[in-house]
This record gives sequence, structure tokens and C-alpha cells, in this order.
Amino acid sequence: MPKFLEYLLIAVVIAILLALSRWIGQQAYTWMPIQATAEAQKVDDLFSFLVSIGAFIIFVLLGMMVFSIIFFRAPTNDYSEGHPSRGDIRLEILWTATPTVLVLWLAFQGVNIYQQLHILGLQQIVQLPTPLESAAAYAITTGEKPKPAAETIEVFVKQWDWSFRYPNNVISQELHLPVNLRTRLNMHAKDVLHSFYVPDFRLQQYIVPGRNIDLVVTPIRPGKYKLKDALFSGTYFSLMDADVLVESPEQYNQWLTQAQQELATNQNQAVAEYTQPPTTMLKSGWYTVAPSQEGIAQENYVKNDT
Amino acid sequence: MTHEIRETAPPNEPENNWRQYFKFNTDHKAIAVQYMVTAFIFFLVGGLLAMLIRAELITPALNVVDRPLYNGLFTLHGTIMIFLWIIPFNAGISNYLVPLMIGAQDMAFPLLNAISFWMIPPGGILLISSFLLPNGTAQSGWWSYPPISLQIPPGQPINGECLWIISLVIIGISSIMGAVNFVTTIFWMRAPGMSFFRMPVFVWSALSAQLLQLINLPALTGALILLLLDLNFGTQFFKPLENGDPIIYQHLFWFYSHPAVYIMALPAFGIFAEVLPAFSRNPLFGYRSLAVASLGIALVSIFVWVHHMFTSATPSWMRILFMFTSMLVAVPTGVKAFGWTATIWKSKLHLETPMLFAMGGAAMFLLGGVTGVMLAAVPFDIHVHNTYFVVGHFHYIVFNTITMAIFAAIYFWFPKITGRMYAEGWGKLHFWLTFIGANLTFFPMLPLGLQGMVRRISSYDPQYQDGNVISSLGAFLLGVSTLPFIANMVGSWLYGQRAVNNPWHATGLEWTTTSPPPRNNFAEIPVVKRPPYDYGNPKYSVIEPTESDEQRRREIWER
Ligand code: HEM
Ligand SMILES: [Cu+2]
Repeated sequence: MPKFLEYLLIAVVIAILLALSRWIGQQAYTWMPIQATAEAQKVDDLFSFLVSIGAFIIFVLLGMMVFSIIFFRAPTNDYSEGHPSRGDIRLEILWTATPTVLVLWLAFQGVNIYQQLHILGLQQIVQLPTPLESAAAYAITTGEKPKPAAETIEVFVKQWDWSFRYPNNVISQELHLPVNLRTRLNMHAKDVLHSFYVPDFRLQQYIVPGRNIDLVVTPIRPGKYKLKDALFSGTYFSLMDADVLVESPEQYNQWLTQAQQELATNQNQAVAEYTQPPTTMLKSGWYTVAPSQEGIAQENYVKNDT
Repeated sequence: MTHEIRETAPPNEPENNWRQYFKFNTDHKAIAVQYMVTAFIFFLVGGLLAMLIRAELITPALNVVDRPLYNGLFTLHGTIMIFLWIIPFNAGISNYLVPLMIGAQDMAFPLLNAISFWMIPPGGILLISSFLLPNGTAQSGWWSYPPISLQIPPGQPINGECLWIISLVIIGISSIMGAVNFVTTIFWMRAPGMSFFRMPVFVWSALSAQLLQLINLPALTGALILLLLDLNFGTQFFKPLENGDPIIYQHLFWFYSHPAVYIMALPAFGIFAEVLPAFSRNPLFGYRSLAVASLGIALVSIFVWVHHMFTSATPSWMRILFMFTSMLVAVPTGVKAFGWTATIWKSKLHLETPMLFAMGGAAMFLLGGVTGVMLAAVPFDIHVHNTYFVVGHFHYIVFNTITMAIFAAIYFWFPKITGRMYAEGWGKLHFWLTFIGANLTFFPMLPLGLQGMVRRISSYDPQYQDGNVISSLGAFLLGVSTLPFIANMVGSWLYGQRAVNNPWHATGLEWTTTSPPPRNNFAEIPVVKRPPYDYGNPKYSVIEPTESDEQRRREIWER
């Protein structure tokens, strides 16, 4: 085959693979949960981009391997050399430089999107034991100051449930959020580390006992979602789902006033399971920390309003 | 009468020396076998725990094991697979190969070598014996993050967590002693003419991995000792409500445990670099850059640990800094992957079992590496951290790449180690069961994680069931896949065909000596005159015997 035909063929194959990778990158959006926050859209854009690049690399290398398996087989007992080439310095420079450029591109995309999230509110405001100093330092480092949140909800987590305290002191085990408004979540853990994670929001944040950790969310789509504890927190870790309800401001306010009248009942799945005999095939009966019946919001265990 | 054909016994009678493996032995080849067989037994134990985990996860509800037991299962599964399977196996295969590949008679410190090995079985048995304690094993995951790891049965100082810490410290000390031995051996015991750039890439990658053990492992040992003090002696280093800092533990833990992933992966990369050229009859493409990339990976991987802590109240500047460093690892790693592919390209492929495992492992590494780079991107990691996406990512590495490489190594060097050939058909069956099982088990975890399925849960939402069923069936297939392997190894070691010195027509010093090699490895210390991977040379050989000391000295300096 003449040289130029070979190059043409390579170019065509690369073009096809590029198109295919881009298509897969588009598909990547459908592999994700619902986009319930503005952050989610940005994260999915980044994911789609990462998938396209990753798919291209996999296609090229995997394609070469599969092609070799099909076309470059040795006749039995032929142990003569395949191809004498030990290396090609131009090729090696090329394939060192290409990934370098590629990962720098990926990293800058990452920073870019990270910064957009920051302005949208994903930034965590971690108050260390000396709140005044770090708050001042924080103000200096953030050039573009996010808008203040409209509402602050306190999040309490313990082994093994969540509870939420609203500005009018309503305490609930459901997280209600007004749609299209920035809400500040001021989070406290009582015993061990937990992680606040709502897949549809694309955000996750560890909650460290003794530290005051804020997260700002702006849900953009009304609906019912699941809050999970993503960081392993002991025996009944799997039971730590809570409902997240994103509502119009009217519905949200209506729920707040209504909830004020109702007595907060505490349903705790971990307690329910702890007090029942186990039903599993194998029973170890090993020690476990007992889940406490009280929601910690009621106990007022952590009193650190900021 | 019966004409007994008595073969003239080969110089190294393979079947009469099995007892040496049960004794305190200072021959690096015997120690290597001890390491590898012990590690494989722990692999079976860890695999059994994994199958119990997967049995629980076939259905959304909790029905096989109760929750404390489930938590103990995944904690011990992870700990065993990392610290008692991959790391000791690598110590074993490196023990076997490094002296042979550099033309040495043994490791630098044979006694230390034996002691390092003999710390592994007690450490492992101590860990597993915690199943027998009244309140069972450690249950806080292989990270053992405080304060959850400090929640132990009141009034029971001897508990699973305590045994977990002690056995990890024992295994850690063994690894540090091993590392001193490997690094010394590679620096000082090379045969005449074995310059650094004539060392096979496996030796380079073993060196890089062992340097990481030396630099990073002490951080973990220290952290574990502090954790033990917190646990049993009332100190407060990591207790958040008593002025301790649990995040510092995470830093110390990952300062070792990220490099640990490369301590596990680098020898696997080294195995690919040996097997792929031999079965494609090509010199390793870009030998020097692959050798140097090993050190590059080791160096960069010291500075990436915070990518496991992006959501641990980590400040933005640190998140962004570690996003850059983590992505940079992909550059030397990419150099390796390109080098392997270019070696296969335009070659004469022989697809025997070692090659199938090596190519399968290299192919699946692509997905492991690509998902790794994705995870390094902070905004995406914040979504999938602690989900099955991460579990999928690292199993594509630890099982689908590293364990495949280990199998490649076992088949490739089996004739050298035992003096016998394994059965090819059984090997191929083992490969296909493993390859299919591995993808069935670990691929579904990626979409499950994207959809938000959290790792370490013992019961889950019904929406995740389909993926979990496939994954569990795959895991049982993987369990089955070890059967033909074990049958093949045992049967072939006892009754296999006698192996010649160099059944694969491979280059490399280890193939120039007998199978199995004599006690001192070489009848005569080889003098190395050629670069490694000299495929295409009709002699497939890199050694030439020398006459005089004088001439030998001259040849070291000859290029
Ligand atoms: C080459 C061998 C590799 C091995 C053995 C490996 C192994 C692992 C393991 C075991 C974890 C899980 C830690 C845990 O959460 O328990 C992990 C997570 C991670 N890996 Fe890899 N990995 C490799 C390659 C890469 C590469 C090339 C990158 C990126 C450049 C990478 C980036 C990450 C990141 C960012 C995480 C953290 C994910 C999270 O916890 O949210 N890995 N890797
Ligand atoms: Cu890592």
C-alpha cells in the first residue's frame, strides 16, 4: 500500500474514533441521576468531557490490541523476531507530550468548573476552632463573593439518623428546601464522621464532629430526592436515608407553618431494627453501638449558631 | 522383565525438595515460593469473604448476614486482599526474580529475608483469628478511620480492632525489612556488566515500589500506633470531641495508602514488560522510557494522597493542587501503556496462557486508569466519592490488572520455579473464566456508583438491584475460576512435563540457568554484555561465560 494511502486510512480511523468518542460522551449524561441543582449540570458537563477523552484513549489502545490479536499471530513454533524496532524517540516524545497536554487540559477544565461551582455555592465554609481569624482569611482568598443565602437550615447527624432544624425552630426528619433559592446548610455531627450526599445534587461533604461545616445549595427542580450518608458510619449505616423535598417557596412556607403545629415524631429505622431479633441466615450477635432514640436536634447537643 | 526406564535425575531434583518450603530457609527462591503460596491461601480466604458479601448484595434487603458481620466481612476482605495477598505476593515474585534477573546468587541479607517472610503467617493468622473473638473482627473498613474505629465493646481491650492494628503493624515491619533488602540487593548485587540500563523493567519497577515502601510505610505504622494508644490507652490524638483531629489520621493513612496502590501496581507493570515482549517476539518498545517511568510514577505518587480526601473538609487550594498532581500520574502511566501497545503492534503473537493474562490485564488497566483520571477531577469526585464508582475503579486496578498480572507471572515463571510445565488447556480455561468473571463483577459497579449507590452498605434501594445481581453472579464465577487454576498448579507441579531451561525462548538472565535453578542460581556468575529484551537475536541470550577475572573486569566497562 502506498504511504499516503496508509496515512489516509489512519486519518479516517482516527476521525471515526473521535466521532464515536464524542457520541459516547453525549451518552454520559444519561448515566447520571436527575440534575436537581445548577451544580449538577456543570458536573455532568465535566463528566461528559472526561468520558469523551477517556473513550478515545481506550478505543485507540484497545483497538490496536484487538487488531494485533487478529492480524499479527505467529505461526506455531516460529520464534523469530516480530519487528526489530526498540523504540522511536519521536514517538516517545509525542506520547509523553500528548498525555501531559491532555491532563493539563482536563485539570484546567476541572478548575474552571470547580470555580463555577464555587460561585454557585458548593464551597464549603469550614469554621475551625478560631472562627474569627479563618473567616477573615476566607474573605481575602475568595475574590468573587457568593451571594448570601436566603435561608439557613441546621443539619444534625448521628448514628444513625438525620434531623433538620428550620429557622422557625421546626424540627423534622425531612429536609425541605425552597426551589431556586440559595439555602445554607449548617451541619453538625454528634459522634463519628458522616457524609452529606444527595446524588441528584452532585454534592457530598464530610461532617466532622466538633467542626462547623456549611454547605450552600440551590436546588432548581422541585421533586423528592434521597439524602444519604456516604461515609461508612457503623452498624446501621445503610439505614441512613432521609427524604429531601424541593418545593416552591409557597409550599415550603406552608409546610413550615403546618409542621409547627404537629408534634415531631421520631421514626428511627435503626432503633426499630436494633430492638428486633435479627432475621438473617447467619447471626453473629457481635456488639454494636446502640442507636439513640432521640433526634439530636431535640437534644440540642450541639449549640453553635454562627 | 519390566524395563524400568530410569531417567537420569536432573541436577535439581524437583520433587524431593518440597519439605524445604515448610522450613526456615534462607534461599531466596524457597522464600519466594513460601511468600507466594501463603499469599495465595490468603487470597482464597479473602475471596470467600467477598463471595459472602456478594451473596448478601444479590437482594436489596438484608438476609444473609447481620450488619455487624457484614461490616466485619468487608473490612477483612479489603485488608486481606491488600496486605496479605497483593503486597506479599509481590514480595514473593520479586524475591524470586530480582536476584536471578540481576545475576546475583541470593538477596543481600538472606537471614533478614527469611525473617521478613516468617512475620507474614502470624500476622495474617492473628488478623483472621479475630473472627473467633466474642465480638468479632474490626468493623470500620480497611481505612479504620477514627472515631468509628474507636467504638469498641466497652471493657474489652482485646477486640477485633486491636488485633487488626497489631497484625498490620507486624505486616508493615515485615514490608519495611523486605524493602531494605530489595533496595540493597538491586544497588549492590548486580552481576558484572549489569548496568542500571541493562536491568529488566521488572527490576526497575520492583525498585520503585520498594523505595515507596521505605519512604511512605513508616507514616502508616506511626499512625496505627497512635490509633492503638487512642483505642486502649486513653490518649486523644484522633478523638474529635476531645481536642484530637480525625483528619490528621486520614492524611497519615493516605500518605502511605495512595503510594501503596503503586506499590501493588508497579510490579504488575513490570510483569507486563517481561511477558509482552516474550510472546510478541519484539523488543520492549521504549525500554528506557518505561524504566524511568517506573521511578516517575513512584515520585509523583508520593504527592497525590489528598485525592482520597477531597470532601474531608479540605480547603479549595488543596483540592486544586492535588487535582493537578493526581492527573500528572497519568503521564508516566500513559507512557507505560503506550509502550506495551507498541510492543504488541506488528509482532508475532503467541497466545499462551501468560500472554492471555498479560494482554487481558493490560487491556482492563485502560479502564482502571481512565476512571482514575476522572476521579482526580474534583467536581466529579465530589459526586462519586464513596460510591461504587470508586469500588469499580480500584477493582479494575487491583483485580483486573494486578491480579491478572500475578496470574500471568505464575504461568510464565512456573516452569522456571518448578522445573515442570503447566497444562495449557487448563490455563486457558482459567483465563477465560477469570476474564469474563472479572468484567461481570466489576463493570456494573461503575454505573451503580454514578447512580449514587454508596459503598459499604449492607442493604440498598431496589433501583440498584439489576447491576448487583450481575456483579454477584460474576463474583461466583470468579470463585469457580480458581478451581482449574489450583488443579493445574498442584497437578502440574507433581506430574507435569519436565521443563527445559528456556521454554518461551525468552531473554533475561533467569532463562539462562537450569529449571529450577541451582542453590546459587548460576553455575558461573554471568557477565552481561547486551541490553535486555534482545528479541530477534538468534541466541535469545544475554550471557557469555568468561575466562578470566581480568577479562571480566574489562567487560564490565565495555559498552
Ligand atoms: C495504577 C494503579 C492504581 C491503583 C492501584 C489505584 C487504586 C485505587 C484505590 C484502591 C482507590 C480507592 C481508595 C478508597 O477509596 O478506598 C483509588 C481511588 C482513587 N484513585 Fe486510583 N488507582 C490507580 C490508578 C489511578 C490513577 C492513574 C488515578 C488518577 C490519575 C487514580 C485516582 C484515584 C482517585 C482520585 C481515587 C479516589 C476516589 C475517591 O475515593 O473518591 N487512580 N484508587
Ligand atoms: Cu490514590
